[in-house]
Amino acid sequence: MPSHVNEPELSKVDQERLAQSGIDLTMKNRCGSYLQMDQDIVHAECAQEGIEVLSYKKAFEKYDWLNDYAWKVVSPEKDDVTKYVAAQKDPKGYVIIAHEGSSNILPIQACLYLGRGQIQHVHNIIIAEEGAELHIISGCTSGAHVGKGGAHYGISEFYVKKDAKISFTMIHNWTEDIEVYPRSASVIGENGVFLSNYVCMQPVKKVQMYPTATLKGDNSVARFSTIVIASKESFMDLGSRAILEGKGASAELITRAITKGGTIISRGHINGKTAGTRGHLECKGLILQDGRIYAIPEIEGSVVGTELSHEAAVGKLARDEIEYLMSRGLDEDEATATIIRGFLDVKITGLPESLQKQIDAIIDVAEKSGF
Amino acid sequence: MLHIEDLHVKIGEKEVLHDINLHINEGETHVLMGPNGSGKTTLLMTIMGFTNYMITEGKIVYKGEDVTRMHAHERAKRGIGMLFQRPPTISGLKLGKLLTAISRTKNENITELARSVHMDKFLERDINKGFSGGEIKRSEVLQLMIQKPDFIMLDEPESGVDLENISLIGTAIGSLLEKDRHIIKRQKSGLVITHTGYILDYLETDRGHVMCDGQIKCHGNPREILQDIKQRGYKECLECRHT
Repeated sequence: MPSHVNEPELSKVDQERLAQSGIDLTMKNRCGSYLQMDQDIVHAECAQEGIEVLSYKKAFEKYDWLNDYAWKVVSPEKDDVTKYVAAQKDPKGYVIIAHEGSSNILPIQACLYLGRGQIQHVHNIIIAEEGAELHIISGCTSGAHVGKGGAHYGISEFYVKKDAKISFTMIHNWTEDIEVYPRSASVIGENGVFLSNYVCMQPVKKVQMYPTATLKGDNSVARFSTIVIASKESFMDLGSRAILEGKGASAELITRAITKGGTIISRGHINGKTAGTRGHLECKGLILQDGRIYAIPEIEGSVVGTELSHEAAVGKLARDEIEYLMSRGLDEDEATATIIRGFLDVKITGLPESLQKQIDAIIDVAEKSGF
Repeated sequence: MLHIEDLHVKIGEKEVLHDINLHINEGETHVLMGPNGSGKTTLLMTIMGFTNYMITEGKIVYKGEDVTRMHAHERAKRGIGMLFQRPPTISGLKLGKLLTAISRTKNENITELARSVHMDKFLERDINKGFSGGEIKRSEVLQLMIQKPDFIMLDEPESGVDLENISLIGTAIGSLLEKDRHIIKRQKSGLVITHTGYILDYLETDRGHVMCDGQIKCHGNPREILQDIKQRGYKECLECRHT
């Protein structure tokens, strides 16, 4: 087992916030860890044979071939966020490499902690070499006290090689004043599998992201699962895109979105470019308090033999469902929370049980506070 | 156990139940019959406390307490339970999770009870999603087995159910209503809606009522009433004012 993560000097409240974003400082259920507080790298280690967790700087010192991977699937010229990160003279972030044939049963955790009202920037590169299997949980959080000016700019580039698999579960636990701009993209090789999960149950000022998976390899698979609640004043512009290029490639984009007064833009785009490809896009939204859920599902096919579908629904809690549960003895609040919990229950095919439980636990915490 | 007096109920602007009077003693099971749309399910939903059914006059007294204005969960906590004919499908809510929520601190062995009604393989399924008619009713019975109500309303427990399942459901309901106990020891009461009467093969019932046009128009021996309806239909019931 890897060593205990040196506990950062954090208040109990903030340690609790780390735990609520999926971070296990005891390392009992983790095989490796990367912890960055603001721009300081506190910890980067992995005990699993064949898998390396390195800071961006150390990784580039060790492997000069990484230049073939940096800024290759995300363009540094994409927008102001990528330009800002690309301009950094001392880039931060992590590189995780799962060498050929390696695999981790216990996930690696990456914690990006924002303790001050400033921009935290990271550039991450994640590589699963041929036949490797890599599971990562990324907890992004901030101190409870962080006020205006706090922002997180995160570039992530994923490379899933032939017969490899990456699952990346990102849990956000920010505060009302923080703006978050992840920019990520992945490229998936033959028979490769990429699972990208995003959970945000807590308030945030703004999140804007639109990760793209390019499925180049034959029979490659990508699944994006997004589970979010937008509190009042939260603005979440979310989406995911899958470009199906390899023969038999398939993608599934699933979103569960709840607004309690905030705005959620739920984008999705699947582009079937090759015969024998399949894609499904699903967005279900629930409006608990007047806010906005704007679903923009796009499916685009350009060849005979691609099969794409989408379904989107936005609605309210059904009164007959609430009263059905009330007739079983649950009071109205319990019945409502039980139905919402069910709505958010997305079982992700191919995700290790420990990570599914982690996602469930994050939603359970939100349920306990009545969503 | 249950006493209903001069009950009038509206759905929206329309009165759908008129002047209902019903008295069910402890240990008794009554049968409610009547043509489609006569108001049987409406009466059950009203007794359960569904808000769509607005009581404009009269009262519902349960175990000596006026429950007319109580919420459904307060009635459920006092021991009123219902088997729904068409319960809603709730996406994502697992049957097992609902049973745990109903169970609270009762420490029930949910898996064992589920096995007894052949629902143990459904505990991780979304409630009622893709369930067959028999599975829906078995799920309903299972929920009631955990809820353990003292007054049980059963809305067409045999509809959409094959013969094998009727036997299983009928026996389980009989047990819920303590039909396996001596008549003087029975404390549970019931009100059953049935069209076919098949369920009566598994339940001894004490009294029958016929509902037409939102009114209870006839009372009597449930088997005799059923026989009569089978032979003559509801035509005479509609004309009958015998009570």
